[in-house]
Amino acid sequence: MWLQRWWLVLAVMLLAGCQPGADKLVITGSSTIAPLMADLAEQFETHRGIQVDVQSGGSGRGISDVRQGLADFGMVSRAPTSDEKDLDAHLIGRDGIAMIVHADNPVRALSDAQIVAIYTGALDNWSELGGKAGAITVVHKAEGRSTQELFLDHFGLSSDQVKPDLVIGENQQGIKAVAGDPNAIGYVSIGSAIYEADAGVPLRLLPLSGVPATLENVDQGRYPLSRELNLVSQGALSEVARQWLAFVTDPARAETYHDYYFLPVSR
Amino acid sequence: MITTSSRFHADAALTWLLRLAGGAAVLVLGGIVAVLVIQSVPFLVEHGWALWGNDWQPGLGRYGMAAMVAGSVLVSMLALGIAGPVAVLLAAWLRYFAPTIRRPILILVELMAGIPSVVYGLWGMLVLVPWINQWAPPGASWLAASLVLALMILPLALLVTDTALGQLPGRYLQAGQALSLSRVGMLRRVLLPQAWPSIVSGLVLQFGRALGETMAVLMVAGNVVQWPASLFDPVRTLTANIALEMAYATGDHRIALFASGLLLLLVTAVLLILSWRVRGGEYEPG
Repeated sequence: MWLQRWWLVLAVMLLAGCQPGADKLVITGSSTIAPLMADLAEQFETHRGIQVDVQSGGSGRGISDVRQGLADFGMVSRAPTSDEKDLDAHLIGRDGIAMIVHADNPVRALSDAQIVAIYTGALDNWSELGGKAGAITVVHKAEGRSTQELFLDHFGLSSDQVKPDLVIGENQQGIKAVAGDPNAIGYVSIGSAIYEADAGVPLRLLPLSGVPATLENVDQGRYPLSRELNLVSQGALSEVARQWLAFVTDPARAETYHDYYFLPVSR
Repeated sequence: MITTSSRFHADAALTWLLRLAGGAAVLVLGGIVAVLVIQSVPFLVEHGWALWGNDWQPGLGRYGMAAMVAGSVLVSMLALGIAGPVAVLLAAWLRYFAPTIRRPILILVELMAGIPSVVYGLWGMLVLVPWINQWAPPGASWLAASLVLALMILPLALLVTDTALGQLPGRYLQAGQALSLSRVGMLRRVLLPQAWPSIVSGLVLQFGRALGETMAVLMVAGNVVQWPASLFDPVRTLTANIALEMAYATGDHRIALFASGLLLLLVTAVLLILSWRVRGGEYEPG
């Protein structure tokens, strides 16, 4: 008896899998945004029963797929350029990076030039920067991480110019490394840095070009080391696409954004 | 000889089941090697000897892996160098000099063997690295990685050595006592040399485990791609490299990571063959 029931369940599942793909969205592009989108897509499927296919391959692919009509949305982890006027950009959130030092470090601010000098090894002691004498522990991110890319991009560095003392993967590891070493400097996603500093971890976020590293400043686009997370589309949006946009920008999804250390766009 | 006449269906079925199981083990290993080779061959052909450089800059298309191979081997060798002697001496001491506390200590050690590697890594990151950092910044280093690995492989190395000593015939000990040999002399001249092949094979397995360990090493080694000039310099191992970069790698970078997996497999194979020859070419499990 139970066996027959299972066959039935299996048959229903197979049939469901064969549904025609009319109500389906395809989203391609930036590997920075893809994990977030994949998570949201799963929620969307459970809530609305509409399948969303998320593929990463870089912001460039997102744009070209949308132009060729291969994707409904392209994920682009930067502001649209003047060449992309033919597309509609929907800002969904922002991603920022904070420079962090140990809370006991007396240095309150560093200029961009000083940060570049530290990361290229030209400056190697805090005493040269008005701090207590001690060799600087330079914490850098591993190759391919979007945080590393944004960092290098902002400071105009190439990955082989950086002379790190410690290479990390996850934000958490960077935070532990800096919190455990009074002479360390590192950079991590701004959301995780603020969260941990508020939770009492001995960290300090350095201001950049005089702008304090706060969520408000990132949100309003004042903080220099941040970027936009966009979904781009071309032409009129279908009903399903509109539903999806409303879904991902719903404040109820903020928690999911925070899971990936992004800031959802404020309403 | 296994008969396959119709009266012994169960035997025939079991034979095929065993053949299937044996074949599956070979197939899985063969499959892993095949996937690694197929994925990496075009890349190996294109980059060839450049892989033996020390310059790992995948963003710039430079894929030198020599420093990371060195990192893997150096970290594991030092770990074995620390854990091996301690394991052998401790096992011998427990068995022949302090038999009363042997059981409780072995139980404790078995518990230690069950701790997940990530816990050792976390301990290394939060305690060991900051401590080394006070003497020789940045703390995350070859030494830190080897110490954490040594702690991880010590329990099993100790248990294997204990078993190896336990399997020696009791008459060795009796004969030694009859000849009034000292216990230390007995151990040094008779017991350890006799148990040596099993001990070495156990240690080699632990060496392989150290080579393959990923998370704990990733957390304490510093992960800078370079040949370490001292024990206090950070290093990156092949496994840590794969774990650090695989999630975000695309195109050639991703294939380079597959190739480094193949390289790790080769390094392990070479070491196993070497140890096999050390033991005289015979495989006698502990």
